[in-house]
Amino acid sequence: MKSTSLVCIKCPKGCRITVKSKEDKIISITGNDCSRGVEYAREEFINPVRILPTTIKVLGGEFPLVSVKTEKAIPKELLLKAMEEIADIEVEAPIKIGQVIKDNLLETGIRLVATRNIRRIQFF
Amino acid sequence: MKLKCDLTIIGGGPAGLAAALEAKKNGVENILLLERDKYLGGILPQCIHNGFGLQYFKEELTGPEYADKFISQIEKHKIDVKTETMVIKITSGKQVLALNRDDGLLNINTKAIVLAMGCRERTREAIAIPGSRPAGIFSAGTAQRYINVEGYIPGREVVILGSGDIGMIMARRMTLEGAKVKAVLEIMPFSTGLIRNKVQCLDDFNIPLKFNHTITNIKGKKRVEKITIGRVDKNMKVIPGTEEEIRCDTILFSVGLIPENELTTEVGIKLDSVTRGAIVNENRETEMEGIFACGNVLQVHDLADFVTEEGEIAGRAVGEYLKGKRKYRTQSIKIIPGDNIAYVVPHHIDYIVPDRKKIKLFMRVKKPAERVRISFKDNKGKKLASYKRKIVTPGEMISLFLPESVLTEQLKSVTISVKKENKE
Repeated sequence: MKSTSLVCIKCPKGCRITVKSKEDKIISITGNDCSRGVEYAREEFINPVRILPTTIKVLGGEFPLVSVKTEKAIPKELLLKAMEEIADIEVEAPIKIGQVIKDNLLETGIRLVATRNIRRIQFF
Repeated sequence: MKLKCDLTIIGGGPAGLAAALEAKKNGVENILLLERDKYLGGILPQCIHNGFGLQYFKEELTGPEYADKFISQIEKHKIDVKTETMVIKITSGKQVLALNRDDGLLNINTKAIVLAMGCRERTREAIAIPGSRPAGIFSAGTAQRYINVEGYIPGREVVILGSGDIGMIMARRMTLEGAKVKAVLEIMPFSTGLIRNKVQCLDDFNIPLKFNHTITNIKGKKRVEKITIGRVDKNMKVIPGTEEEIRCDTILFSVGLIPENELTTEVGIKLDSVTRGAIVNENRETEMEGIFACGNVLQVHDLADFVTEEGEIAGRAVGEYLKGKRKYRTQSIKIIPGDNIAYVVPHHIDYIVPDRKKIKLFMRVKKPAERVRISFKDNKGKKLASYKRKIVTPGEMISLFLPESVLTEQLKSVTISVKKENKE
C-alpha cells in the first residue's frame, strides 16, 4: 500500500490529507475537515487541475490589461501551454465581468472569462 | 472647498468599501469615501488570482471580481466617492483635510471617521540588505501591479526574498509570464504564507523554497547582475562558508506589510507595538471617540474576507455611535496576549450589547506549534473557554469566540495562551 501526503488548496485552511492507495487505486482519504477535501484529494491523485488566472491586452480601454480566468480548472500540465495560446489574444473595450474572451481553450471545452469591468476611453 | 458629512472613510479597499456599505445599512446617510488611487478596490484589482470570497461569499472569486461585488453596491447605493484624493491630515475635532485635482484642498467636517488606509510593503531598505543599488529591485506588490494592471514584465531571471503570500503568488505569476524564478528564500525555518500557496504557486512549478536563507549581497551596475545568498543560524546570522551566488536580473522583496498609520499617529491615537495598528475596542473604535479603524491598517490580515468582516464591524459601530445609543460597561475588559500569543484584536471590550452572543477575537501565535489548546482565563486564572487546534502558525491568523455568557460585570481581563495538549 502507498501513502501520499497532500495539502488541500480548496480553501485557506490547508488541510493535510493522506491518500492511501494500492496499484493507483484509492483505498482511503483522511485528514480533511470537509467534503471538498475528499473531492480535491481524489482529483489531485488522479488528474490535478488548477484555475488559471492571467491578463489579456485591451484595446481602447481605461487600462491596458483586463484580468481573466479559466471558468473551470484545467489540467495542471496545460497551464504553460495555455499561457502561450492566451498571449496573442487582444480584446476591445468595453469589457464586462464574465464576458467570454475565448471559447474552448486548448480543446478543453473550458472558457476564458473576464474578471474585471473595463470602460472604453474615447479618443478624439 | 468645505464639505460636511456624517461619516468620512479614508481608503476605498475592501475594508473601506465594507464599512461604507454596512454604515449605510445601519442608517448612516451622509457618507464620503476617499481613495487615493484612480479606482476603488485597493489592492484587489491587481490580485488577479483566485481564492477570494470562499469565507464571505462561499464561492471562489478572483480579486477584481471580489472587489466588484462591493463597488457595484457602492454605485447602487449612490455613496459619494472621491478617487485620486489624498488625505493629508485628520484632527481630533474630526476634520479631514484632503487634496485632489478637481477640488483643490478639501476641508471636511465629519461626525465619524473610519480609518481604512490598508498597509504597505516593507522594502529592501527596511531590512537593510547590503550591496549596490541597481535597477531590478522591486517589492512583490509593485511587481504585481506592473504585471497585472499596467502590463510590464519587471524582469526575466528572478529571486524572491520572503515566502509570504504575495511572494509565492508572484513566483507563480512571473513563471506563467515566462520568467525564470530561480529561488524563493525565507529567513525563517517555516513559510510565513498560507500552505495552499506553497502548494499551488511553488510546488506546482518546481520552484525551490530555501528556508533559513537570506540575501547577503546584491551586485550590478545598471541592472541587478547577481546576488549572494547564505544560510542563517538560529539568531538569523549568516553562517560563514554557506554563501553561494545566483545570477539574476530581478529581486522581489516580500518581507512583510506595515499598516499605513501616519494619519493615525499624527492625530495622537495610540498604536499596538506588535500589530502597528491602533488600539481598539470590540467596535474597532480607537481610543479617540468616533474614530474607527478596520482592515489591514488595524492588523495585517491573511484574507480579504476577514478584512471585509472587520470593515462591517466598524460600519455597524458607526451607525450605533451616531445614534448615540451605546451603553458602556462599568469597567472595560482588557484582552491580554499570554503564552505564545503575539497579539489579539480587539484590545478591550467596552460595551454592553443585550442580544450579543459572542465576540470574535483575532490573534496570531508567535511560534508554530502542533496539537495545542488555546485557553481564555480571567484575572484570577479561572478558565473561561478553551479551543483545540491541530496546527497553529504565525502565518495563519486564528479567530476564536469569546462567549458573552462569561463577560460578568466583575471581569477585568481575559488572558489568552497557547499550551501543548497533553498526550492522552
